[in-house]
Amino acid sequence: MEFPILSIMLAVPLVAAIACLFLNASAARIVALVATLVDLALGILLWLNYDIGGAQWQFTERAGLFAGFQYALGIDGIALMLIMLSVFLMPICILASWTSITKRVGEYMAAFLLMEMLMIGVFAAQDIFLFYIFFEAGLIPMYLIIGVWGGDNRIYASYKFFLYTLLGSVLMLIAMLWMVNDAGTTEIPALMQYDFPADAQFWLWLAFFASFAVKMPMWPVHTWLPDAHVQAPTAGSVILAGVLLKLGGYGFIRFSLPMFPDASADLAWLVFALSMVAVVYTSLVALVQSDMKKLIAYSSVAHMAIVTVGLFAFNVQGLEGAMMVMLGHGLVSGALFLCVGVIYDRLHTREIARYGGLSINMPKYALFFLLFTMASVGLPGTSNFVGEFLALAGIYEVSTFVTLVCTTGIILGAAYMLYLYRRVAFGEQKNADAAAMTDLNAREWAMLAPIAAAVLWMGIYPESFLAPMRQDIAALETRLAGVAPRYDSPLNQGTPREHAANYVAPIHAEEGHEGEGAH
Amino acid sequence: MSYSTSLYLTGPEIALSLSGLVLLLVTAWTGEKAARAITIAAVAALFGALFFNVSLFDQGAAGIAFGGLFLADGFAVFAKSLVYIATIACLIVAPRYFDARGQYRGEYPVLMLFNAVGMGMMVSATDLMTLYIGLEMSSLSSYVLASFARTNEKSSEAGLKYFVLGGLASGIILYGVSLVYGFSGTTNYEGIRAAFALDFSTGAMFGVVFVLAGLAFKIAAVPFHMWTPDVYEGAPTPVTAFFASAPKVAAVAMLVRMATGPFGGQIEAWQQIVIFAALASIVVGALGAIGQSNLKRLLAYSSINNVGFTLIGLAAATPEGMSGVLVYLSIYVFMTIGSFTALLMLRDKDGNALTSFDDISGLSTTSPALAWCLLSLMFSLAGIPPLFGFWGKFVVFQAAVQADMIALAAIGIAASVIGAFYYIKFVKVMFFDDPKGSGPAAAPISHWIVLGVSVLIISPLGYLLTPWLGDVADMAARALFIAV
Repeated sequence: MEFPILSIMLAVPLVAAIACLFLNASAARIVALVATLVDLALGILLWLNYDIGGAQWQFTERAGLFAGFQYALGIDGIALMLIMLSVFLMPICILASWTSITKRVGEYMAAFLLMEMLMIGVFAAQDIFLFYIFFEAGLIPMYLIIGVWGGDNRIYASYKFFLYTLLGSVLMLIAMLWMVNDAGTTEIPALMQYDFPADAQFWLWLAFFASFAVKMPMWPVHTWLPDAHVQAPTAGSVILAGVLLKLGGYGFIRFSLPMFPDASADLAWLVFALSMVAVVYTSLVALVQSDMKKLIAYSSVAHMAIVTVGLFAFNVQGLEGAMMVMLGHGLVSGALFLCVGVIYDRLHTREIARYGGLSINMPKYALFFLLFTMASVGLPGTSNFVGEFLALAGIYEVSTFVTLVCTTGIILGAAYMLYLYRRVAFGEQKNADAAAMTDLNAREWAMLAPIAAAVLWMGIYPESFLAPMRQDIAALETRLAGVAPRYDSPLNQGTPREHAANYVAPIHAEEGHEGEGAH
Repeated sequence: MSYSTSLYLTGPEIALSLSGLVLLLVTAWTGEKAARAITIAAVAALFGALFFNVSLFDQGAAGIAFGGLFLADGFAVFAKSLVYIATIACLIVAPRYFDARGQYRGEYPVLMLFNAVGMGMMVSATDLMTLYIGLEMSSLSSYVLASFARTNEKSSEAGLKYFVLGGLASGIILYGVSLVYGFSGTTNYEGIRAAFALDFSTGAMFGVVFVLAGLAFKIAAVPFHMWTPDVYEGAPTPVTAFFASAPKVAAVAMLVRMATGPFGGQIEAWQQIVIFAALASIVVGALGAIGQSNLKRLLAYSSINNVGFTLIGLAAATPEGMSGVLVYLSIYVFMTIGSFTALLMLRDKDGNALTSFDDISGLSTTSPALAWCLLSLMFSLAGIPPLFGFWGKFVVFQAAVQADMIALAAIGIAASVIGAFYYIKFVKVMFFDDPKGSGPAAAPISHWIVLGVSVLIISPLGYLLTPWLGDVADMAARALFIAV
């Protein structure tokens, strides 16, 4: 690969971020938007040039700039999709902050652009320490975004976010040091093929789990998420929900599963147990929230639990489903936070009770909100249906009980999301100021319409998204084949019937055929 | 061993001593007028010593001078270079600080020069006598420097405290030295090692413990750290910056040389002590800082915390560990000098120092450049990538993991999260809170230069230095193990 497209995707937001620090507000907004759009264009170029079914690692770049680790980039289909998600959401985040952020705009845009660079870096890093640097560095801009531009309780939320995630990831660093010492390489592809001793895998897995479970977030270490989400500015929430939460899932699929297959199989029960609690518990918590952002934050925890059970099903359906839930949830929860942001910008409150009957004065808004609500519920035809169905189908092969509990989450999800929608969009208009709000403007259209299109695309033709990942997920399944658990509901494949079930055998088939031909 | 070789190898020390003596005479005759010129001359002398020192390293000379009293090997050269760089930086920022208070005098650079000579001898010592002379030379000038602002009560108090407790530590070291000498029959490092290899009695063990305890005082490792916050707070800020950087580097380097040299055969005897001191320093340094509102006290605890991380590299007791210690110290020097210089620059329009969290709240709006520099320094001290402070922690923890000390590494790094709390509090106060005052006055250009260079090195660009720094540190650490 002569054209270092991944490095350029990293460089564009970095350069723009530095420029934004020195620019005034309006110039910084434009620079940020242009830079994110350029990155989106580069991302599309990346996707178009990605050779589906080709080499596992594409667009690889190597440079020995540092001691102890390498500047090594490269992507597979899984990373490609997550990079696409990041670059797709970024311009929308910039648009979402266009008018709502008025103080220190240059620094704000710089923080977002840095965030984008680091996210792309995490997904593209092929060196384990380079990955760690990108992974951990994201704390700095996010800490600033929450702390400087967040809500009233932003300081508590920013501390909690920072310390929780830092504590989670430092143990992972020790595990990485041990792994590199043992395997003698820092290359992620090589480590993915390396067989670590089984007893060491247990501890390594736990160290990585500590980090990814916090990022994911899994119950009971999810409590930073509602605080961070609620206090962060709208675009911050979008990035948190849309991309940062995916780091945990990406970590599992890139590190925990392929590098420690034995430990993953041994400890799958732990993941299942935590996920089952998360699905039911956080859904119930979401049901009683009076703050819109908090409700969506808790729903994120529940959705991420579906991702974890899907990942630890060790089969293709589960893994593909988990990836699709991650992509779908990235779009849908991001869009839901944007929907909250749209009305928050007008009324400056997230209290559900302050709204009501918005479908009367904001019909276009209500339509978008409905679409994303339905997508969050997992309505067929939307992105989340595909992912949740696949993930649950995957886990059904492993354990009917886990599936039973997790499916409850879908029902509860429908309950809290529809309840939210009823209270916000339907009913009578209780508050005069809420009733006087204007409908979407052009900027908000430009934010919501692309996400709506992507949600429907992913729901109607998921093949576009599954195709690039298929080979990598198959490779992962092969890697896990030796340790896959014994199924309690295995696929019992009989010989298919010769004809469809409603087929009626014609009595004089041959005559009829001839007769038809004779006409 | 001819005298010419010995003199050549001790060139930096001799040159610095001579310039110190000459400048002292000049000060005595010219008084305060020439203080600034003397400072410039002292900086020039240090630069000269630095270049001479580096040229020794390039020649790869590992020469023993004066019949085994003094060793100029790669390790000594590396540590001395760091010491000189730190001393130069502290000299550059000092005059404007003291001038504003009308306290600057020519003795200051002279004392710094003698201190540098003492520190150079500490790291080069291969005999307990040389070690003690170097240590005392450095300590005595430090006591005076701590109370340099004579009219200030806190400064005098700091000097007195430092002197009393430092004297106690010197006594402990001397007691240990006498025990070691008594049981080994020699003060020479190689001789001690050979003697201990034959017979390591309980009495000798006591000697080792006493020496280590005294050195732990000098590097402010827990449980001998109590003097640090008071002295750091009371001493004038440029002096605090100096205490936290150069003497610390020298003392850690001396400790490393002792641990691998004369006591290198008895690793199990000191390893537990070092492990305890490392973990205790990390935890106490982190917890102690949480309640502080005075910035200098806070950075004092931060330096205790950092010493803990360097000791993790020493606890590994491998060449990789020693190389990690050197890399950590190099990065630490720049982080410390940078943060204290930033503190120096925090002065309001009337010249009063801004010393507490309240004073710097909202700094990002009143003085954005300074706030961003401090932000990088704090995240770097907390060890958050992509700042360079992360690399220092990375190498020492890597060494610990390679030496199969996983539990030490895991506990140490988990405790570093506690420390992160107060570093990000800095950022919170500067960036999240609203400004309370009018912000700091414009700082002199010399301060900006020192701060700028430090921040540039600890920025992500610092990673480009890693191949070079790693090689040099490895070479220095290997010298340590060849020498014995």
